[in-house]
Amino acid sequence: MNHWIVANLWLIPAIPLAAALSILCLNSSRGKGAAALAVLGQIVALVMAVIAFVPTLQAPGWRAFHNFTWFTFGEQALRIGWVLDPLAAAMLVMITLVGLCIFVFSVGYMADDKNFTRFFAYLSFFSAAMLGVVIANSLLLLFVCWELVGLASYLLIGFWIDKPSAAAAAKKAFITTRIGDIGFFLGILWLYSGSGTLLFYDNGHGCLENAGLLLLGASATFVALLIFCGAVGKSGQFPLHVWLPDAMEGPTPVSALIHAATMVAAGVFLVARVYPLFSAGAIDGVTPSLTVVVSIGVITAVMAALIALAQFDIKRILAYSTVSQLGLMMVSLGVGGVAAGIMHLIAHGFFKALLFLGAGSVIHGCDHEQDIRKMGGLRWLMPVTFLTYAIGMMNLSGVPFFFSGGWTKEEILQATTHWHVSHLPHYLMLVGVVLTALYMTRQMIYVFFGNKRAASTHAHESPRVMTMPLMMLAGCSIVLSIALTPAWPWLHSYLNGEPAHFHIARLIQPMLFVSLALVAAGIGLGWLIYRNVAETDPVEQAQPALFHFLESKMWLDELYDWTVIGLSKMAARLSDWMDRNVWDGLVRAFAGLGQFFGIFSADFDERGINAGVDEATGGTRGLGRLMSALHSGQIQTYLRAAAVSVLALLILYAWLT
Amino acid sequence: MTTLSILLVISAALFCIGLLAALSRRHAIFILIGIELMLAAANLNFVAFWRFGPEPQTPTGVMVAIFSIAIAAAEVAVGLALVISVYRHYRTTNVDRLNQLKG
Amino acid sequence: MITVLILMPLVGAFFVSAAQPNYARRMALEFNAITAILVFMLWKNFDSTAAGLQLVERHAWIPAIGAEYLVGIDGLSLLLVILTSLIFPFAFLAQRMGRGSCVLMLIMQSALYGTFTAQNFILWFLFYEMSLIPAFLLIKIWGGENRDRAATKFFVYTFLGSVAMLLSFLGIYFAKGTFDFATLADLGKHGLLTGNMAWFAFAGIFLGLAVKVPLFPFHTWLPDAYETAPTGVAMVLTGVLSKMGVYGFVRLLLPLFPHEIQVLAPWLLGLAVCTIVFASLAAWAQSDLKRMVAYLSINHLGYCMLGLFAVTARSSSLIDMHAALSGVFMQIFNHGITAAALFYYVGLLEQRRGLRGIDDFGGLMQRTPLLCGWMSVAMFSSLGLPGLNGFIGEFLIFKGSFAVAASFTAVAVIGLLVTAIVFMRMMQALFSGPLAKSCNAFPDLGRNEKWVVVPVTLIMFAIGIAPQFMFNIFNTTVIQMARLFA
Repeated sequence: MNHWIVANLWLIPAIPLAAALSILCLNSSRGKGAAALAVLGQIVALVMAVIAFVPTLQAPGWRAFHNFTWFTFGEQALRIGWVLDPLAAAMLVMITLVGLCIFVFSVGYMADDKNFTRFFAYLSFFSAAMLGVVIANSLLLLFVCWELVGLASYLLIGFWIDKPSAAAAAKKAFITTRIGDIGFFLGILWLYSGSGTLLFYDNGHGCLENAGLLLLGASATFVALLIFCGAVGKSGQFPLHVWLPDAMEGPTPVSALIHAATMVAAGVFLVARVYPLFSAGAIDGVTPSLTVVVSIGVITAVMAALIALAQFDIKRILAYSTVSQLGLMMVSLGVGGVAAGIMHLIAHGFFKALLFLGAGSVIHGCDHEQDIRKMGGLRWLMPVTFLTYAIGMMNLSGVPFFFSGGWTKEEILQATTHWHVSHLPHYLMLVGVVLTALYMTRQMIYVFFGNKRAASTHAHESPRVMTMPLMMLAGCSIVLSIALTPAWPWLHSYLNGEPAHFHIARLIQPMLFVSLALVAAGIGLGWLIYRNVAETDPVEQAQPALFHFLESKMWLDELYDWTVIGLSKMAARLSDWMDRNVWDGLVRAFAGLGQFFGIFSADFDERGINAGVDEATGGTRGLGRLMSALHSGQIQTYLRAAAVSVLALLILYAWLT
Repeated sequence: MTTLSILLVISAALFCIGLLAALSRRHAIFILIGIELMLAAANLNFVAFWRFGPEPQTPTGVMVAIFSIAIAAAEVAVGLALVISVYRHYRTTNVDRLNQLKG
Repeated sequence: MITVLILMPLVGAFFVSAAQPNYARRMALEFNAITAILVFMLWKNFDSTAAGLQLVERHAWIPAIGAEYLVGIDGLSLLLVILTSLIFPFAFLAQRMGRGSCVLMLIMQSALYGTFTAQNFILWFLFYEMSLIPAFLLIKIWGGENRDRAATKFFVYTFLGSVAMLLSFLGIYFAKGTFDFATLADLGKHGLLTGNMAWFAFAGIFLGLAVKVPLFPFHTWLPDAYETAPTGVAMVLTGVLSKMGVYGFVRLLLPLFPHEIQVLAPWLLGLAVCTIVFASLAAWAQSDLKRMVAYLSINHLGYCMLGLFAVTARSSSLIDMHAALSGVFMQIFNHGITAAALFYYVGLLEQRRGLRGIDDFGGLMQRTPLLCGWMSVAMFSSLGLPGLNGFIGEFLIFKGSFAVAASFTAVAVIGLLVTAIVFMRMMQALFSGPLAKSCNAFPDLGRNEKWVVVPVTLIMFAIGIAPQFMFNIFNTTVIQMARLFA
């Protein structure tokens, strides 16, 4: 059993992939079949993931891998493989479970779309790629799947392809993440030349094991930073976060899949996976690369939370909240709380998927209206959505006890206190918690409380196929909280490879009260500010300039447009111009020079050589004409000349003798 | 004055007359006659030099003269034929009009 | 056997020229089927574990000038021969062709087989030039706009390079008395020539090959020529003809002048990087699809050059050398397939629309999903998406070059990014958005077109997922060459 699943771990991504391929071969009218195939593939993957999960429970820190040669170039074999350890297993279960909910939800949400089958093909493909990222035991294989995830997200974001904004968003997502991937790629190259292998674990020879790290030495920092570039791109960290909010152009289940559960989590997962590279040569758990991770994470978390306060698109708010939460996870990883970060990642996967699907349900109920100012009073019209959404919101805001998000957030806050470099991240994270509670309260009030507004008059609860996944996810996020309490930190110990023990005393600790107080403050503040909310935002009335600044995303898009994009476009035009005028100009100049010499030598030929010959022949002819005048044709003249000559000769002869 | 010198003077005179005729007459036949005169002067010289030369016993001079006269006869025949042919072609025997050799 | 392979297209050309015009293309395809079988047999007979030349045929030809008929294949030659026989049928299928162009194409095919198998300079040069003239005529007679100018530029430019190369080789011949590649390569290890002579010879050969590849800044003939060439010809030009330059670098320049290359290494690497970056940037600025693809083609060949120069430039480790050389060989093949496919797709679009500006299309995904889907596979392959063929070669090239020239490599990967931008732009403009009025009546892929599209795409996937069968062809050659340079 145990060995079977390790050697056949590839089946987990392969099954959704097979589903995707067979759906692509289906006729586009067979919508039901496509959905069934995709969901079935996901169920099988989930079952396999659970089977894979079982052996990892055997012993703390259990790890198994299976490596093989992909291809041999020259005398060197390039090996890839897959690994099964708590990190991978937990992610597998989370992704397949959340994925399954999203798939089922999509059946209802996308029911009217004419490209229904294609959508499920893309979804399955995405799921396969993501599962591949998780099980990879080689940075190369991880990169391969990583890029495929990028491709899948490109396809999904741009799914409504006739919408120009969707196409633009897809392009932006692909290119922005690709910028990060370039760094990632360089990191892979560096790692490969430094350690000679790309396998993570290989019986002591892997690049994450001691031998590999020893070979890398000081360059591990740079490698780690370059790899982090990839994570920054994929996880929407500052300064490459700009694609993520735009990616809301995709269908809502896509947003849930990409932004909540999986793709953006890939960056965090990547950092966690290659954590030994980041922490190599750490002094007191601090390395330059980790410090960078913390800084980026802090900036992202606070900035995104601020921007989220001033958005009106229900999905955009969630998108920025995702960015903010990812920043939080990065901070956690950076300060050394790897387990805390991953726990938050998993918990976040559930509740953010829940929130997005809830938002999807709201949008579906409000006739595809996404502006929260036009909603309102939905709590009686969509009770199931409201309740589940409220659970998601509690999770996200960080209410402890019954909500997994609360425990993990508390854990992260705990971790930041232990960081030696500075306490600033800790305090900024506290601010972040308040902000999160605040913007979620704002959203809740706008959407579900107050009076009905334009779009919500005819709102209706979504069909069962959509509410079931919501309840499922809500249930998951609550059940998960059992494994997260400090009293019995099972998931924490599981990820860290320690045995878990039960201590009720640990439940009560200072951080719990701090975080409770902060969440309460956030929600209370939100209630105070937004309780009588109308079409205009109260903050907008009070501080229009600041609000506008946040609403337009701190003008980062415009800034990039002017600087990076403008410059590179200019570079493109410049190199085209150089090509046409300078380099080709040089060639043309040489050609011209050749032509000039041609003309010149032709001229010389004409006027110099040819004329000389003409002159000579002309002279000869003239002379001939002159001489021919002597030949009168008169025989007697000739005779006379002969006689005179003879006479002259005679006289000469006489004179000489 | 020896006989030889008298003969030579006669021969020279004859040659000069012939030359003059050849150079100055316009009629082709007179030119031919002039040429014949010059030939006769040459023959006279041959005979004179043979008769008063170092070896008058063998008749070499006479032989050359006779040979020369025979050739002259043939030559005149050819010349006259030419003149007739020219006359037929140009309807004249005036050599001034015969300038086909003009370059 | 190789001789038969070289002669077969010539025989084909003869028959086609006598055939009825309507059957010309079909007949050419039949002859291509024969050559494909021959190449397949060649591949079967090729012992991929043995080093050195195989299936050698050697006959005295003109002993007085050291010319002999010497053909043989090693892994690299076989790879290129396979590529040639792969591209040509697709090129024939790409469009309607008259008798004349079929004949010229077949002559070119024969010349290419010759170029890739000849092991003696004179013979090689003969074939090398023999391929040039049909290409010139094909562009000149059947080209699009500006064909006279482009064809003349193409011909004169490459021909000048060839002349320089010929002169260099004459110099080498007078110094060393041989034209045999293997012998020269052996001599090259210890410095073929000395003093200025060596530099002149190097410069001549370098120029000839750099124009052919093309290497920045000798590349300006390429966009013009490719832009105006008919689709099939453009496919062959980019798929196979451009490989002659790279092949020349591997076969001639690197073994003969290792010392000179080492001295010039930073400059050569710089040129390669310039080729990569500037070509991709220029591609971004184009609005003509064909020109865009042409620039991307330059960009991809730049990767080959980067790998090659990195191999010989510095004293790199054996593993890096293997990586870079394998990468270059892979890239040669992959680029051949992918770039030809891209030209094919652009040709399809042009056939349907009559124009090929990037703004002349829009929303094609709604009208012709199959065409868009298959075309995006080629595009993603070209931008180096893992799982497709392009990635393997590029990864290995960068792996090999990173160890010896990290900074150059770091700049060169910008090319990867810009390529992605270019393709994203293309896809956005072509496939997405509302359906343009002018594209309303586009037919989707027809049956004949699927005959090209499906096999090409399958090859892309096969190489991208399980590339071992490709490596088997040239692994031994790579090891042998690496030993030569080490």
